Amino acid sequence: MEAHSSEVFVIGLTVFFLACIIGYYVVWSVTPALHSPLMGVTNAISSVIIVGAILAAGPFGHDTSKIFGIIGVVLASINIFGGFIVTYRMLSMFKKKPKKDKKD
Amino acid sequence: MSANMVAVLYLISALMFIFALRGLSHPESSRLGNIFGIVGMIIAIITTLMFKSVLSYVEIGAAIIIGGAIGTFIALRIEMTALPQLVAAFHSLVGIAAVFVAAAAFYDPASFGIGKVGSIGTSSLIEMSIGTFIGAITFSGSVLAFGKLQGTVSGKPIVFKFQHTINALILALIIALIIIFVINQSPSIFWTIVIVSILLGFLVVIPIGGADMPVVVSMLNSYSGWAACGIGFTLSNNLLIITGALVGASGAILSYIMSKGMNRSIISVVLGGFGGEQVANSAGDNSDKIVKQGNAEDAAYIMKNADSVIIVPGYGMAVAQAQHALREMGDMLKKEGINVRYAIHPVAGRMPGHMNVLLAEANVPYEEVLELDEINHDFPMTEVSFVIGANDVTNPAAKTDETSPIYGMPILDVEKSQTVLFVKRSMATGYSGVDNELFYRDNTTMLFGDAKKMCENIVKSLA
Repeated sequence: MEAHSSEVFVIGLTVFFLACIIGYYVVWSVTPALHSPLMGVTNAISSVIIVGAILAAGPFGHDTSKIFGIIGVVLASINIFGGFIVTYRMLSMFKKKPKKDKKD
Repeated sequence: MSANMVAVLYLISALMFIFALRGLSHPESSRLGNIFGIVGMIIAIITTLMFKSVLSYVEIGAAIIIGGAIGTFIALRIEMTALPQLVAAFHSLVGIAAVFVAAAAFYDPASFGIGKVGSIGTSSLIEMSIGTFIGAITFSGSVLAFGKLQGTVSGKPIVFKFQHTINALILALIIALIIIFVINQSPSIFWTIVIVSILLGFLVVIPIGGADMPVVVSMLNSYSGWAACGIGFTLSNNLLIITGALVGASGAILSYIMSKGMNRSIISVVLGGFGGEQVANSAGDNSDKIVKQGNAEDAAYIMKNADSVIIVPGYGMAVAQAQHALREMGDMLKKEGINVRYAIHPVAGRMPGHMNVLLAEANVPYEEVLELDEINHDFPMTEVSFVIGANDVTNPAAKTDETSPIYGMPILDVEKSQTVLFVKRSMATGYSGVDNELFYRDNTTMLFGDAKKMCENIVKSLA
């Protein structure tokens, strides 16, 4: 058990550091003009924590853990919908404008 | 569904999230990126719903619909000027959700395959308490940041004696609590960790002033990622670890960019207290100097006769909601054949990229909006700089006055242009509390008044 869990931890740690490095390069490539949408989208995806909340809310019954899970699902859902929608709103403002200067 | 299948689907979801961030490298690819993010999230949720242990679809479905409806409602209604506080509020939700998930794992470890109540593995307990700790700090820190941005709490830094000592002691207390928790697995210790961490979150954000908010918001963004990571380790879930690391790295890089934009270390921002005491220092010396004042007609006349105008927006433009009137002014100048561009300082506004979003909202083409390094060398060749709602980011004292609190901060060199038009409500100092010598220069004309009204009046005069 102990040996197994430490193995799992090391795998997690490997994934963690590799993901940090990917994050580092990907985020530096984000254009500064889009830093606000970047916060919106990272906010939405960090709510992937909903996965844990669903697992807690999953079983039948009404124990403490389930209630926490349900609350977690509600909170994370606010973020997922809110985050993606607000990012969508921001990004649709950055659309290339049709040449309306020429109309006059 | 087999464990391998789940792992593959989670991997696809994680890749989608990476593409979502990658898409933001250009405005044209960014909307596709956002769709990748949504698809990734849908895959993650559906995969989890397929777990054998997940049975109560009704409750979960209802929870998603309720949360989704609230989120959608808020996101559709929010004004773009209120984005920073919205983002802060959302961060607080991620933080508190992390606490709830950790609590659920603690009360029912069997659902997550990490042992039984009272005999959870040591490493799971450590990961769980770290996730809880970061989540709780993110929660309370974001709530306070929200209050400061919204104006419900004073934006002034609150500094008191032994502040850092107290914070350090609380941190030590939390570490001690975590050790006790790992040993005795007591629920009361778990909740004590939550409460003390919440307290620490408040204390960490309290001393940080309004103009430092871009750093704080980015930092909390980062924390919310690390909280998700902590939960990922607790549940041995790679998707959570990867996503948390991406978000954590993103927030950390943004914090770094923001503090560099102010020439301050992240540490000094975190320790806080900026802009509180220096107010009195230099404000007095300039009281007898002469300020050249102008009105909208003068401004319209000056700009009409120029070849090139650079507009420098700041937080004041957001407060006055002047972006639409400003764009109208820019359009009229362009019609006259004048080269109009916008210069954005990295820390203009209250969150990274704040000004860019507001200008985009007002339909300013993003090609005309340039960053500090892209446009700074153009000021000497520019006839008119139109500064609207910005102050400290144009202050030449940052280059010349070693005693100034903003010394060393990169600034937009507006003073090198032939004429500076400075829209300002009054002669008050900026957030750093430093007087701006630019106001007293011969080539500066001050336009006192509300930013939006001023732009509207200039538009009238141009017509």
